[in-house]
Amino acid sequence: MKYTPNSPAIVEDMLRSAGFNSLDELFSDVPEAIRLDRKLKLGPGRSEIELTRELKGLAAKNLNTEDYPCFLGAGAYDHYIPAAIDQLLLRSEFYTAYTPYQAEINQGILQSIFEYQSMICMLTGMDVANASMYDGGSALAEACVLACANSKGKKVLLPDTVHPEYQQILQTYAISGKMEIVIVPSTAGVCDLEKMISLIDEDTACVVIQQPNFFGHLEEVEKLADAVHRNKGFLVMAVDPISLAILKPPADVGADIVVGEGQALGNSLSFGGPYLGFFAATKKFLRRLPGRIVGQTTDTEGRRAFVLTLQAREQHIRREKANSNICSNQALNALAATMYLTLIGSTGLQAIAVRCHQLAVYAARELEKAGLKLKYKAPFFREFAVLLDDPARANRRLLENGIIGGYELEDAMLLAFTEKRTGAEIDQLVAVLGGEA
Amino acid sequence: MSKLIFEKNLKGSNSFTLPPADIPEVDITSSIPASFLRETAPALPDISEVEAVRHFVDLSHRAYGVDNGFYPLGSCTMKYSPKINEWAARLPGFTSIHPYQSVETVQGAMELLYNMQNMLAEITGMDAVTLQPAAGAHGEMTGVMIIKAYHQGRNDQGRTKMMVPDSAHGTNPATANVVGYDVVEVKSNRRGLVDLEDLKSKMSPEIAGLMLTNPNTLGLFEEEIQDIAAVVHDGGGLLYYDGANLNAVMGISRPGDMGFDVVHLNLHKTFSTPHGGGGPGSGPVGVKSYLADYLPVPMVDKKDDKYIFVYDRPLSIGKVKNFYGNFGVIVKAYAYILALGAEGIKDAAQQAVLNANYLRQHLKKDYHIPFDRLCKHEFVATAKRQVDENGVITLDIAKRLTDYGFHPPTVYFPLIVKEALMIEPTETETRERLDDFLQAMASIAEEARNHPEIVTNAPHNAVITRVDEVTAARKPVVKWEDDS
Ligand SMILES: Cc1ncc(COP(=O)(O)O)c(C=O)c1O
Repeated sequence: MKYTPNSPAIVEDMLRSAGFNSLDELFSDVPEAIRLDRKLKLGPGRSEIELTRELKGLAAKNLNTEDYPCFLGAGAYDHYIPAAIDQLLLRSEFYTAYTPYQAEINQGILQSIFEYQSMICMLTGMDVANASMYDGGSALAEACVLACANSKGKKVLLPDTVHPEYQQILQTYAISGKMEIVIVPSTAGVCDLEKMISLIDEDTACVVIQQPNFFGHLEEVEKLADAVHRNKGFLVMAVDPISLAILKPPADVGADIVVGEGQALGNSLSFGGPYLGFFAATKKFLRRLPGRIVGQTTDTEGRRAFVLTLQAREQHIRREKANSNICSNQALNALAATMYLTLIGSTGLQAIAVRCHQLAVYAARELEKAGLKLKYKAPFFREFAVLLDDPARANRRLLENGIIGGYELEDAMLLAFTEKRTGAEIDQLVAVLGGEA
Repeated sequence: MSKLIFEKNLKGSNSFTLPPADIPEVDITSSIPASFLRETAPALPDISEVEAVRHFVDLSHRAYGVDNGFYPLGSCTMKYSPKINEWAARLPGFTSIHPYQSVETVQGAMELLYNMQNMLAEITGMDAVTLQPAAGAHGEMTGVMIIKAYHQGRNDQGRTKMMVPDSAHGTNPATANVVGYDVVEVKSNRRGLVDLEDLKSKMSPEIAGLMLTNPNTLGLFEEEIQDIAAVVHDGGGLLYYDGANLNAVMGISRPGDMGFDVVHLNLHKTFSTPHGGGGPGSGPVGVKSYLADYLPVPMVDKKDDKYIFVYDRPLSIGKVKNFYGNFGVIVKAYAYILALGAEGIKDAAQQAVLNANYLRQHLKKDYHIPFDRLCKHEFVATAKRQVDENGVITLDIAKRLTDYGFHPPTVYFPLIVKEALMIEPTETETRERLDDFLQAMASIAEEARNHPEIVTNAPHNAVITRVDEVTAARKPVVKWEDDS
């Protein structure tokens, strides 16, 4: 297939009209020595029929969660996505547009981002939100960069109950020399408050806490917030947006910056991406946030209008003084999240959160009845770890029984429950895992 | 005026429901202590499905994508996004796989990633490729981290600065800063290319490398690229390729052969994946063999006919993103590369360059073209004549173009050209479309001469007139407030 529409005859005409004799002449400024003197080794182009065959073939080699009940979570969740979302995302005015630099012809996209920002503020209770970041992990890294840039210290304290990949991403970003990451061992599946608080000092830019944490448990946040605020540092929270339907908004427990993985809001699993990171903060960070922000204003006739605003923060204006280099974000994923929250609504989101929790509670009880033990006792939202001698073997047995099992920890399996799961599926899960006790 | 979704609230109209529960519906307060629970529900809109759908369709009517028309947004490569790619990325075998499924259950996805790593290595002339970064700027950051890790690994600690041309995209200097480098700006010469003398004078043992776009942001090929590479390498630095402009030369010249050590690509530009109104993109990074150990974890490898993730890479910079990258975007770019094949890839570059030169030749009648010679996939025109003659500026021309049904070019970039209009037609436009655009530009030039107010007050046909950006920034309103 080719997607170049001009016929060879027209190409000839155009060449002549532009003052050239051949296509090769268009590359006379490329020194001979660095010209590729052979064809790329990519093989021949494919027709659409061949393409569909080839791609279907690859897709068919993957077991998918439409066919197998999935108990994996650990940062990506198999939630139901209302049918309307994909239909709407296929409107190509949305998906084939660039970032809405020209406000007048992109009011629709700008308004959708404004609505997205508003919804993120509603969920988190925070004052301001940006138009999205790449994903939960990179959003957390940028939150810590922001905290460090606005405090005297550069120490970032976090318990090891934060997602291990988030920990890794933070360590990677710290190659800048602008952050010093200190990971604090937890106890019993939650942050060791005493140890954590004892480590907070004047050099502490922020404390990071994930709610619910990687193991699914709920963290006590308020005391940490007080302690870090007393030392003029910031509290950064990474939160699960579905949980915010029932859990206290981060603003109410003292968070200064709130980020999270937004995939659960209407975005498919897609083997890890594209997802979206959401990013919200208190008012005082408004002029320092990373990324795009849409603001409301008026046009010359006084009508309400939307526009990319506060751009003086961004790379294209601040260049080497910018604290973030983000340019493109995850706009279409944020649009999916906006559609999701619109279609599901408050009561829907609450019903989903409650159902996830009830399924998890049911599973925990049934596993205990079958003689298994939970790894940790703390309250959980929709995810917990069950102790197993050989989690990898247990997962293989689950797969033989048509179930995609959980995330393997050393001595346990982290199981996640979404509203798509049923009691019957859990009974099956328990039956297999019970045999592993 | 179009209402916000929150202003369409109709209490009780949302009817989303879950299936009946087949488990005990215990009260959450029996298992979650009250201190964790919120007292009031978040105030999300309460709206029926039909009204929600109409809302978003209405928003889409006030947006403009490549499928609506010509989109010559320079540096952004707004080519047509083939529909088969959208179909492919929506196969349940791709959308409904969890990133932590055991590798045996996702061999098709792994094979695709493995092949993609290899195809991009071949296209760029690099030895190893990671698909993890989520966008161009993210790829830049990954690449510059690799450069830093490389120097640190050699215990070459004094290299604290990164060189960036004055014509560079904003993400280049911002990236250098974010990774902890001071930025040294390299001047452009009178031909719009890197000033080799200036580069030489600035190269020193404090320089970690040079970030370069080739063709550069003026759409000009850096003809002295081999000399540039020699200066940087002889001085102990590494050469970074911002691949935003690869569309101009793919299949014709490879960054790896030009002397670059690290490359990032924008799959959402060069490889046709749609830009989504601002993202998602994908920013793979390729490196030469001596940098391969520093690439992020995991890499996808093939062992005894089985695809595996390799995490055990002690020199790796670590992770820059969760999981393995924007897989759904990668699927689309994969379909695109397969569809085009070797010849189609080269054809795309040739046609992109032809379209740009065609526009350049015919636009110069009415517009100043500061570097009027063979260009690559894009070129920069300016409003100099219009400014001088009638005070009509680039922004006015951009706004007026929308009245003629076109998306405007990139404006006021690169910074080294005053009143810049950066025009990138891409290869997927017909000559008719280009002629229509030229016609519109000519009409605007004439309006600027004879009725400048038509241009300075544009747009006239948009849903709104020009917006008050100053108030937006002075008194920011960045979310809806319920003042009922
Ligand atoms: C030359 C150049 N470099 C880098 C970027 C950044 O790419 P992204 O927006 O994907 O982060 C762009 C995008 O506009 C660009 O044009």
